[in-house]
Amino acid sequence: MLTITDVYKTFNTGTINEKKALNGLNLHLNPKDFVTIIGGNGAGKSTILNMIAGVYPIDSGSIVLNNVDISHLPEHKRASLLGRVFQDPMMGTAADMEIQENLALALRRGKKRGLSWGITNEERKQYQEALATLDLGLEHRMTSKVGLLSGGQRQALTLLMATLKRPELLLLDEHTAALDPKTAKNVLDLTEEIVKTNELTALMVTHNMKDAIKYGNRLIMMHEGQVIYDVAGQEKKSLKVADLLEKFEQASGSEFANDRMILA
Amino acid sequence: MSILLAFFGAASQGLVWGVMALGVYITFKILDFADMTCDGSFALGGCVSATLIVAGVDPLLSLIIATCAGALAGAVTGLLHTKLQIPAILSGILTMISLYSINLAIMGGKSNTPIMTRTSGIDTIITNIIKLFPENIQTARNTKTAITIVVGLFTILLIIGLLYWFFGTELGSALRATGNNEAMIRALGVSTDNMKILGLLIGNALVGMSGALVAQTQEVADIGAGTGAIVIGLASIVIGEVIFGNKLNFAFKLLSVVIGSIIYRIIIAVVLQMGLNTSYLKLLTAVIVAFALSIPVIFKPRKKKEGN
Repeated sequence: MLTITDVYKTFNTGTINEKKALNGLNLHLNPKDFVTIIGGNGAGKSTILNMIAGVYPIDSGSIVLNNVDISHLPEHKRASLLGRVFQDPMMGTAADMEIQENLALALRRGKKRGLSWGITNEERKQYQEALATLDLGLEHRMTSKVGLLSGGQRQALTLLMATLKRPELLLLDEHTAALDPKTAKNVLDLTEEIVKTNELTALMVTHNMKDAIKYGNRLIMMHEGQVIYDVAGQEKKSLKVADLLEKFEQASGSEFANDRMILA
Repeated sequence: MSILLAFFGAASQGLVWGVMALGVYITFKILDFADMTCDGSFALGGCVSATLIVAGVDPLLSLIIATCAGALAGAVTGLLHTKLQIPAILSGILTMISLYSINLAIMGGKSNTPIMTRTSGIDTIITNIIKLFPENIQTARNTKTAITIVVGLFTILLIIGLLYWFFGTELGSALRATGNNEAMIRALGVSTDNMKILGLLIGNALVGMSGALVAQTQEVADIGAGTGAIVIGLASIVIGEVIFGNKLNFAFKLLSVVIGSIIYRIIIAVVLQMGLNTSYLKLLTAVIVAFALSIPVIFKPRKKKEGN
């Protein structure tokens, strides 16, 4: 359903800060794949998601999603296909707008926006039911400004917004990294539930190797802008953190020098 | 009595300038864009309207054309900023400075265009309405001010109604979200470039309309009429916010901006009555805005940062 072929991306080309973020990346996703992505800092994990979403243009290669070549579409034109949750809980919601207004914006993802009302009464019922599934009591606070919510609540809301209109592909960019461990677990469980019930295809970047093993049906490891390890099914489920560290050293020929990944 | 008359006059000016303040509210508050264009588009509205009226065009039609001219100026700033990626402030300044030449050209190289309603028999919207009344009312001293207040009120209520409706629509919501969180609304499929152009267009349309209204009520268009317009708009916004707070329904927020504009005019009228030299007006305006903007800092020294 998603095919990334030979994608290159270099930031700050020709300067001292030149950084090859993606280095001939190839990746193929099957429908309903829930893939976790791990790798050291600067491995290109977040860059893949940003390239798929169109935040920056790619230098060469192609990205095909559901038989549509989206390689060179602007960000807002790809939005109809993608649901996105960001690392920063502030980034996925409009703080000065009401919870229900945020949901109404999300329901219209990729749709042409005209002069009909931004939110209708039937929708309000739908939002109330959807919010109730989060079990955070937000269904009683529909007219509260999102800025009043905690980081975890905002991230749960963003997740709901990203999937309110079914996305072809859900992109989760370290969406629990800024949350405390308990909240992070709640949001991850919620993620798994939403992906399962809606039968979504998802890409989840994480720094936490345990989470990468626990969630999803497939795991890929990245290093220097390429996929260096790709494992699925039973083999993935039986992985241990130590196996991943070993794999990383084997494939990259260097120590896995990233405290965050080991300690997490 | 003269104080009361001064208040009356200040209120009428506050209303017609309030239209401009609403335009600044849209760009500055809703779109989060410090738009310097409005200094130029305010003068543009006046120049276009006065020149057309003198050339024999219906004053109401001239008002509509002036509004469109303002919208066009806003669109230019929007294009400079989004398509050519010139920083926001600079895009506005570029449009503003080019409008100076354009305004002079519109007025045939002169720095002002008087609309001589008494001597040459041409009319503004205000004098057109006055003519509907009997002779004795026509010649009464305060008729013009009273009519200006009525016209101003009507215009303001119409605009607030329209804006309230628009910002409740899908398009208006997307525009609000653009000012609030660009990355988010792009991820939801909205072209933030188009939203910024649209916001600047609406904001400057109102500024141009206000410029035309002011020119018609003052019966003169001046090349320097818009100098400091953005600061006056900000003054109206912050005065309204200081008095009515921040937790209002959207329509009342817009109304508070207009009331802020009226209060600003009253403050100016009072200090002028007290004998302030008019050349210090802009300085006074800047001080009012700086003071009003710093109130949260002065009175809440340990304000928590957002998100903590």
